[in-house]
Amino acid sequence: MSARKLFAVLAGLAALGASASAYAIEWYFREPGSQLARDIDQLHQYVMWLIIVIFVGVFGAMFYSCFAHRKSVGHKAEQFHENTTVELIWTIIPAIILVIIAWPVTKVVIAQKDTSSPDLTVKVTGYQWKWGYDYLKGEGEGISYLSTLSTPRDQIDGRAPKGEHYLLEVDNEFVVPVGKKIRILTTAADVVHSWWVPSFGAKQDAIPGFIRDLWFRPEQTGVFRSQCVELCGKEHGFMPIVVKVVSQEDYTKWVADQRKAMAASAEDVNKQWSLEELKARGEKVYAANCVACHQASGKGAPPAFPPLDGSKTVTGPKEGHIDTVLNGRPKTAMAAFGAQLSDTDIAAVITYERNSWSNKSGIVQPAEVKARRK
Amino acid sequence: MSSIAGTHDPAHDHHDDHGHHGPAAGLMRWVTTTNHKDIGTMYLWFSGTMFLVGGIMALAIRLELFEPGLQFFDPDRFNQFTTMHGLIMVFGAIMPAFVGFANWQIPMMIGAPDMAFARLNNWSFWLLPFAASLLILSFFTPGGAPGVGWTMYSPLTVQMGMGMDFTIFAVHLLGMSSILGSINIITTILNMRAPGMTLMRMPMFVWTWLITAYLLVAAMPVLAGAVTMTLTDRHFGTTFFNAAGGGDPVLYQHIFWFFGHPEVYIIALPAFGVISQVIPAFSRKPLFGYASMVYATSAIAILSFIVWAHHMYTVGMPVTGQLFFMYATTLIAVPTGVKVFNWVSTMWKGSLSFETPMLFAIGFLILFTLGGFTGLVLSLVPVDIQLHDTYYVVAHFHYVMVAGALFSAFAGIYFWIPKWTGRMYNEKLGQIHFWLTLIFFNMIFFVQHFLGMAGMPRRIPDYPLMFETWNKISSIGAFGFGLAQLLFLYIVLDCIRNGEPAPQKPWDGADSLEWTHLPTPAPYHTFETQPVVK
Repeated sequence: MSARKLFAVLAGLAALGASASAYAIEWYFREPGSQLARDIDQLHQYVMWLIIVIFVGVFGAMFYSCFAHRKSVGHKAEQFHENTTVELIWTIIPAIILVIIAWPVTKVVIAQKDTSSPDLTVKVTGYQWKWGYDYLKGEGEGISYLSTLSTPRDQIDGRAPKGEHYLLEVDNEFVVPVGKKIRILTTAADVVHSWWVPSFGAKQDAIPGFIRDLWFRPEQTGVFRSQCVELCGKEHGFMPIVVKVVSQEDYTKWVADQRKAMAASAEDVNKQWSLEELKARGEKVYAANCVACHQASGKGAPPAFPPLDGSKTVTGPKEGHIDTVLNGRPKTAMAAFGAQLSDTDIAAVITYERNSWSNKSGIVQPAEVKARRK
Repeated sequence: MSSIAGTHDPAHDHHDDHGHHGPAAGLMRWVTTTNHKDIGTMYLWFSGTMFLVGGIMALAIRLELFEPGLQFFDPDRFNQFTTMHGLIMVFGAIMPAFVGFANWQIPMMIGAPDMAFARLNNWSFWLLPFAASLLILSFFTPGGAPGVGWTMYSPLTVQMGMGMDFTIFAVHLLGMSSILGSINIITTILNMRAPGMTLMRMPMFVWTWLITAYLLVAAMPVLAGAVTMTLTDRHFGTTFFNAAGGGDPVLYQHIFWFFGHPEVYIIALPAFGVISQVIPAFSRKPLFGYASMVYATSAIAILSFIVWAHHMYTVGMPVTGQLFFMYATTLIAVPTGVKVFNWVSTMWKGSLSFETPMLFAIGFLILFTLGGFTGLVLSLVPVDIQLHDTYYVVAHFHYVMVAGALFSAFAGIYFWIPKWTGRMYNEKLGQIHFWLTLIFFNMIFFVQHFLGMAGMPRRIPDYPLMFETWNKISSIGAFGFGLAQLLFLYIVLDCIRNGEPAPQKPWDGADSLEWTHLPTPAPYHTFETQPVVK
């Protein structure tokens, strides 16, 4: 722990003169929440001590030389310029130090890669710009939801004071039981993302078209927050990861609640909705999925993010509009929402877009969306 | 290590200069020149200009990051700045600066009259302004510059607008320029050395450039391949990096980093070369362990081709892959350590003085070593998985690129500018420039280690509140650093216009041919008759 103290002193000195923040100054790894994170912390401290010793030794000698062998105090230069023994020693000793470092590190690498026999397997999908969680195996199998930033736009744009968990809060937290081995399969729908929870020492890129995996075993209950760590386009800084670790009882209860909610939300696609109903629901879907690019005003940010107000697709035939939302536009940031949203949500958001701003181009019912799905 | 004696009096060397061999007058001198000194000068001014352009982008980034929330730029524009800052600094500022040094110094240091391919040399340079214009013009295309990071990972590149194509074409031009320049440097060094200038008598700067030139010839075509595949994925229906068509996005990363890691040493090795000239000169003592320096440099160059996937520990490699790349990467610490020990031993029991070039060299030595140590931390797979794509990595590579390459370039400019211009720079201002640069550099980047460890991802325009303090310090440091570089510009202009006339050898300990055999300023044509090195 004394490495932490040393860093704390250095950090404190550096912080002097800086404007005060209401939050504690973070300068080191977060408190480990799993054995893996603890191993990583210890490896780091171990290597840092070695580095500090070598650094002080080498540059201690250099500064002594700068002081004692100055021309201004009349030191005469000696002319030696090689010494095979010394040169061999400082080639071989670092090599030996590397072997000493490699041993404990290798053990952790192997442990980190061992994703066998998990208690719970969850697929995590990166989307531009949200995360999808699908519980594949273990308690909660079949649960599936999206997790999107819930920080209001007003806080980001400085029109409202920023909350405690600014940029680190989501609508649906990723819930897992404490003490269980959780295996995560990562993948992505569009570009490369990267899923990270520092407290568990767990990071893995999410690569479109491929499945990778990682594991962690949370040791205590609580909420653990992080962000996407691979540049994935415009809103890369705005797709947080929030893991809520709960007790086994709470987890079982949560699974039951999710099941009930899913059953309740199974809607009749043949229901005929009114314009007002669809618009009201569509506005919410729009705010969660579309507003980052197309803006609340529907004006977008052309040319990368085209306007919807007066757009040819939105004011044209319904089929084209439905297809665009379902399947996305290849080679642009327009994602395919077919797999993310229900028929009703898609019908709602399309109806909202077709009847907002200056647009007036009719209602789309869920059944029509269902018919266009391939 | 070797005594050097010319065939004739140094002052006699340029007896036939005046009259028929001087530079042409006016602008056309610079367009048509085939003179290595003119071309070197153009490379250096080009690099300085790009350094300012890239620096302004860095300041825009730090301005947005001064406090949480989006204040100045939308996230798309922010991504464009991070991308272009990286590309411009790497390909526009640092690499051309060292090619500028190579052009000026290699012929003078090996006793050659000029570069081997003089017209090719002109062409190598004149590709650069067009490439740089394409990069900058991409901001004004529909959709703006690409916001993909300087690493240009696929498939994000496929979503970008026309600016991406501008950037791809610019990278092609820059690569072509580097390859042509490298062929020229290799040919010059291998064929045009003065009689007696054996390979193992060459100044270390020449050695590092010889090895760097081979790295460039090997690595740049790989980058060209990567961006060409990106181009065809974008426009011609290929799916190299798209799983839906049988490709793999990770393949791009492998190809890019197969270029990208040697690129790190393409930048670092010439910097090592400059430091290996400066430290002995101000220690008044020969470079310690010359032969082991040559072997260490070669070892670093070879190792640089088998460590690329340490940039990709989080893509999900098999455990054997991770272990191989980790062991190979840590091995680089051995030859790099040898170099640091040799530099410190060169200073040991010397007769040290601390003019500006030496200050920058010592600054380089300490801070580059620090960057090397954080590199060792990052080479360890589990620790890297925690730190990958955080600000710790940003801090690490800026210690290597700025405190490494840029400090070394400053050391080189202060060291050789008397020979180039015939005038001394203002020593007092030079030292102030050093101290300001040193302090503000650490203010920007040292605190970024803390940000990374605390969990701040890189390439984000806005951040959670707990990262505010360090970001504020970093941003203030950035503006200080920027101002200090305006002082540098003033020092250079002041030296050219008003500097005191410089003697032939202003530095006691300097012993290479440009100091011992050539007057100051170096005449337009040098060594038309080669000296004999004994």
